[in-house]
Amino acid sequence: MTLIACRDLTLAYDQQPVIAGLTFSVSPGDYLCIVGENGSGKSTLVKALVGLKTPSEGEIRMGEGLRPTEIGYLPQQSEIQRNFPASVYEIVLSGCMAYLGKRPFFGSAERKRAETALNRLNLSGLKNRPYGELSGGQQQRVLLARALCATSKLLVLDEPAAGLDPLISKDLYRMIKSVNRDEKITVIMISHDVQNAVAEASHILHLNKKPLFFGTTEAYLETSLGKLYREGIAA
Amino acid sequence: MIQEIALMLSFPFMVRAFIVGSLVALCASLLGVSLVLKRYAMIGDGLSHVGFAALAFATALDLDPIRVSIPVTVLVAFLLLRINESAAIRGDSAVAMISVGSLAAGVLIISVSTGMTTDVCNYMFGTILAMSKSDVTLSIALSVIVLILYFIFYNRIFLITFDEAFARTTGIRVDFYNMLLAGLTAITVVLGMRMIGALLISSQLILPALTAMRLFKSFRAVIVCAAIVSIVSFIAGLSLSYFAATPAGASVVTAQLFFFLTFSLIRKIRQAEPARGR
Ligand SMILES: Nc1ncnc2c1ncn2[C@@H]1O[C@H](COP(=O)(O)OP(=O)(O)OP(=O)(O)O)[C@@H](O)[C@H]1O
Ligand SMILES: [Mg+2]
Repeated sequence: MTLIACRDLTLAYDQQPVIAGLTFSVSPGDYLCIVGENGSGKSTLVKALVGLKTPSEGEIRMGEGLRPTEIGYLPQQSEIQRNFPASVYEIVLSGCMAYLGKRPFFGSAERKRAETALNRLNLSGLKNRPYGELSGGQQQRVLLARALCATSKLLVLDEPAAGLDPLISKDLYRMIKSVNRDEKITVIMISHDVQNAVAEASHILHLNKKPLFFGTTEAYLETSLGKLYREGIAA
Repeated sequence: MIQEIALMLSFPFMVRAFIVGSLVALCASLLGVSLVLKRYAMIGDGLSHVGFAALAFATALDLDPIRVSIPVTVLVAFLLLRINESAAIRGDSAVAMISVGSLAAGVLIISVSTGMTTDVCNYMFGTILAMSKSDVTLSIALSVIVLILYFIFYNRIFLITFDEAFARTTGIRVDFYNMLLAGLTAITVVLGMRMIGALLISSQLILPALTAMRLFKSFRAVIVCAAIVSIVSFIAGLSLSYFAATPAGASVVTAQLFFFLTFSLIRKIRQAEPARGR
């Protein structure tokens, strides 16, 4: 029973491989954290998962009736315009695009979906506020709500807490965890916050050009990599 | 005053200019919001110069200006989009090169063939007298098509303007809609060139959008405001050009600048107020 499986995956820019020979799989309900240093290819990997990048070798297979357009994606912050003139509601509603089919306009079902996502992330009060005037943490919550609108199966989040202060990050992680636990939505999240990853994720994928580790969090803590972090926490 | 306005509207060419001009101004302002936000403003500017070259070419060969310029400009629009997005060469510089290149080519073609006729001058600076009846019909039909397409694809255009990557993941054919935007812009630019002139038409795309963004912060409000500013500026500018015998294009752009400065001032005042309250 796998939701998404990568086999011998190689991803490259202009023939220069960024990731080579990566094999892993994610089951429904899993919470996978992808960790690794800057430039280790984490964003490239999730772009391949959501269909923005074609693998140069290997394959990505989706199971459980998951269609590529049913993934809720949250891009890395640098790729979003922070001062874009749009209201919170306009942005969250646009997450329902995959449900639009051939219709030109959103109907009541999509509007309800957007409302639910807004409520889920405590954004109802900000519904009509301009996106550009929100704090970084609020903006990330809006993008998370949009991703939630786009899926009821799999969230793929690229550093949702980057640049947020520890308290706000914690809040965001808590919401992600509760979405994973209560709504049984699978989560694949890139994070530099290994402490949080170890605390909340069910699986860890540690990348550094080549895959260093893939497995459950418990197993990760037993490896030399994981031990390093555990000692870090203890210290 | 009312009598003078009635007199102005008794000239059929003025009525035609108001109708066609307002429609084109509306199209330009809607498309302009996406162009500005997607940093495609250079493409609009480049297209006006390409349109000018196509027109010079058509005039030299004694072909119908609009019916030749539109397909050529649409094709070049697709090309510019490609160039702008390719990471290999500096996209914006390449667009600028094509832009000045076509301007030079246009001027050369004109000087070799017919010389600087008034017709060509009209295209560079705009005139309300340049439109034949069949041009008017074609312009109205094309701008209505542009408006309908924009309306139908509004939600998709919003999403590809805000976040192309996310748009792709929802299954939207982003490249198709980018081409649609570029193609519609090309049509609008050629239609607008006759009245505003090739040298000033890109302000029609950019200024109303920038003006609306001074004060409005939701996409829909920006679109509506840009549309209103654009139409009002056009009507004001064209009336000014009628009463003061000034060139139409320059008058319209002046009206747009007036709105831009006014909106900027209001924004300044608004921003200053809470600070004073503290
Ligand atoms: N569009 C691109 N064209 C060419 N090379 C790229 C492109 N995007 C990324 N790269 C390269 O691929 C490598 C991996 O990039 P990626 O963005 O996946 O890293 P990352 O692990 O997400 O880093 P970070 O933690 O900084 O976000 C980097 O060396 C980067 O230079
Ligand atoms: Mg990254």
